[in-house]
Amino acid sequence: MNEIVTPKSLGLSREDLPNSYIGRSVPRPNARKLVEGRATYTDDVTLPRLVHAAFLRSPHAHARIVSVDPAAALAVPGVVRVFTGADLAKVCDPWVAVLAHLKGMKSAPQYPLPLERATWQGEAVVAVVAESRAAAEDGVAALAVAFEPLPAQVDMETALAPGAVVIHPELGDNLVFTRTAETGDVAAAFAAAHRIVEATFHTGRHTGVTLEPRSIIADYNRADGTLTVHHSTQAPHMMQNVFATQLRMAEGDVRVICKDVGGSYGIKVHVYPDEMAVACMSKIMGRPVKFIADRFEAFGSDIHARDHRIKGRLAVDAEGRFLAFDIDDLTGIGPYSVYPRTSAVEGNQVVNLCGGPYAFANYRCTTTVVLQNKSPTCQYRAVGHPIATTVTEGLVDLAAEALGMDKVAIRRKNLIRDDAYPCTSPAGMRFEGLSHHASLDKLLAMVPVEKIRADQLEQRQRGIYRGLGLASFIELTNPSPFMYGIGGAKISAQDGCTVRMDPDGSLVALSGVTEQGQGTEAILAQIVAHGVGVPVSKVKVVTGDTQTTPYGGGTWACRGAGIGGEAALQSAIALKEQILEVAGAMLQAQGSSLDIIMGEVVDKATGQVRMPLAELGRIVYYRGDTLPKDLARELVQTRHFITKEYPFAFTNGIQASWLEVDVETGMVKLLEHWCVEDCGRVINPMLVDEQVRGGIVQGIGGALYEHCIYNEDGQLLTTTLADYLVPMAAEMPDMHVGHVETPTKESLLGAKGAGEAGTAGAPAAIMNAINDALSPLGARVLAQPFTPDRILRALGTIA
Amino acid sequence: MNRRIDITLTVNGERVSRSVDTRLHLIDFLRMELGLTGAHTGCEHGVCGACTVRLDGDPVRGCLVMVASLDGSVVETIEGLSDTGEIRDLQEAFVARNAAQCGYCTPGMLVTAADILVESPEATREEIREHISGNYCRCTGYQAIVDAVEDVLKARRTSEAA
Repeated sequence: MNEIVTPKSLGLSREDLPNSYIGRSVPRPNARKLVEGRATYTDDVTLPRLVHAAFLRSPHAHARIVSVDPAAALAVPGVVRVFTGADLAKVCDPWVAVLAHLKGMKSAPQYPLPLERATWQGEAVVAVVAESRAAAEDGVAALAVAFEPLPAQVDMETALAPGAVVIHPELGDNLVFTRTAETGDVAAAFAAAHRIVEATFHTGRHTGVTLEPRSIIADYNRADGTLTVHHSTQAPHMMQNVFATQLRMAEGDVRVICKDVGGSYGIKVHVYPDEMAVACMSKIMGRPVKFIADRFEAFGSDIHARDHRIKGRLAVDAEGRFLAFDIDDLTGIGPYSVYPRTSAVEGNQVVNLCGGPYAFANYRCTTTVVLQNKSPTCQYRAVGHPIATTVTEGLVDLAAEALGMDKVAIRRKNLIRDDAYPCTSPAGMRFEGLSHHASLDKLLAMVPVEKIRADQLEQRQRGIYRGLGLASFIELTNPSPFMYGIGGAKISAQDGCTVRMDPDGSLVALSGVTEQGQGTEAILAQIVAHGVGVPVSKVKVVTGDTQTTPYGGGTWACRGAGIGGEAALQSAIALKEQILEVAGAMLQAQGSSLDIIMGEVVDKATGQVRMPLAELGRIVYYRGDTLPKDLARELVQTRHFITKEYPFAFTNGIQASWLEVDVETGMVKLLEHWCVEDCGRVINPMLVDEQVRGGIVQGIGGALYEHCIYNEDGQLLTTTLADYLVPMAAEMPDMHVGHVETPTKESLLGAKGAGEAGTAGAPAAIMNAINDALSPLGARVLAQPFTPDRILRALGTIA
Repeated sequence: MNRRIDITLTVNGERVSRSVDTRLHLIDFLRMELGLTGAHTGCEHGVCGACTVRLDGDPVRGCLVMVASLDGSVVETIEGLSDTGEIRDLQEAFVARNAAQCGYCTPGMLVTAADILVESPEATREEIREHISGNYCRCTGYQAIVDAVEDVLKARRTSEAA
């Protein structure tokens, strides 16, 4: 086991000291600029000689590009240049998004702009660069591009059937990846079962809708051969590597700067061909090029997610114990696997996560990942979790109904015991420590179940149908290199933090993790203030610049607090030790007899103030001549952190939804929502609660409203915010959030991720609540989103 | 095809004269011509509310208003509302409640929320939710925003009663 040092052994200040910030709801220091309109998003940046790009996008799901005539576009006032796929291929190598540890995975080379064929409606085909975005769009409108439409493979269910359109003939078929996990004797378990329940679930294809669309400015400077990219991204260092590799540059000649990001949720952690095209065009033109996606092109070119059909079976014994899960997952991912994380991970996660909260012995789950002529899909908040949770919790409710068991009782009987850890799930996931039963207990203390059941019965007499739904879940956080690195992707699982003290006693922390609104910078400031012993107002945090911050992975898969936070804590502790050594030399005391509290060096035993940090800084920086010659006086420390014992730090939780279904209109009204989750050590309770609430609402979006709808020709029909519905304030319930804290022992901080728990569990809780409401009417819905249309069909009201 | 028209209007208390393209929207005028980047473009078709600014006293979608039509108008943006201190309590409540995460919707949300303070000082939580339903937020789930507005409504009622 890893040896964990304790705060006491490191001489950390006591938890009740004024500068003890871990576990405290401190407002975010960087929130004020947001409420005063003084943040800097990528589109707010302007540069000398800046030009703007717009793209002609394929109007067909699948078409051969016959010809491109740029003459009329070039004649439009303000238009500077037109680029085709062939033009950009001269400066940019294609990429293939596969991971070596996903055995047998295949995908086709992808270019910034396609060379011969467009393979989804919305794919960027030709670029126009102009003095303004408006002129660039005029240029796009004037382009003469001839397409020869080709048959499209739209339906994932037929993608592997004889006669399917093979989207990339060189691959032989449309199969990207398949994997089966099998443990125990599934066939025997089903043969011996008291009852077997089964159902087919659909999770609707949807997308992230970051309110700030994808945004990039690439600025190639021919004079010094450097490329500076202002980018709305979650992973600046990953993008630095991608730009350098694909554009055949040295990594050190590429700098990615990421200031404020207007929402990400996984959407902004991928390589987008149109953004690569912008970098190529800047390299060719030797001037900055800006591209800001508009909402129409965002719907057709941001990654989509969750396009799954899942068949599930659950075998139970007469006492309601789970004997076996048998799951078959199919997902369509568009025409290319997305670089560099790949589009096989979501299906792979379904295999890893189904049945996750429960103790059972026999498991079989297969995912089949296929190509189709729709927008590419890839990782979006809570990757795979809402799908696995929907199937698992849907089957659990079916089993409870089949056995006539209470839905709480069946969960309590089967959830992994809180004293069973460490343990490994049938899918092979290793759990260090989870708290399913404690979380269930806490949830039941918050949800007035008896009152709700009484109300439910009373309302039914009046023709009002209300339902309560539960969903337990696990969530994968703090990923190690086992997620991407072992597959060959240059994505750092390690992260670093540099903390320095300046002459006035203030601190600057530079971190490789990034901020997209989660509060990363706020918790880093809290951790550093706590670790060194200063007021949080004395800490400035710098993120999002590959040239100044330690190399790291950025913020995704719930790693900012757990990985970036631990690096910050360790560097803060190291800096404190360094400061105390210097202070000891100045005060002729042992460093170990001193402490730092609220920015002042104090005597540890008595608390008596010995010296403000500003005085220490003054002497070190301006009067170093007065210090002993051999004294180490670097008031800066860097530490990196990577998890080593477990591939992932799993978290857990349970949600409950209480809602009303209008059986006349099929509308769902959300009444109340609860979530108890265990993300280990909570650094800032307010920020964690807000992550959970925001996550729940994105889960609700997928469950009730959000849907990328295609027609049979592969045309996306939901390309405006009037067609693609996202949750609005009036429809959302108040959400109650509770916590159980099981810190990970892998780090001193003990934090796991909290950003995806809400999204992981909400759709399943909503589904189970709707079906609970509809149960007296014999109706059931299993296909998300649960629209009025689908609910009325289930009720038989419409055919 | 593109015509220009001369306009003079008041933006955040300052008189501004420009010759503008007749197809230019108010939000692009503010952001690109005046460098007022506080209001944002989110959908450019009048749904998301990220571009909400105040025009002659009322919240409007900056992406649906042609700036050529605004000769003689008075426009206020988040920068102006911050400078005058008119919504300082609201801004502080948003910070205290963490009612902003990525912050992209926040300036528009604040302009709409400021309208509630004036138009519906007795608004309930449900009425607050209804009032801000034209402003999308993808991060918070809205509850903290409703809490913040409710806090300010209560505080203003209390201070008026005192």
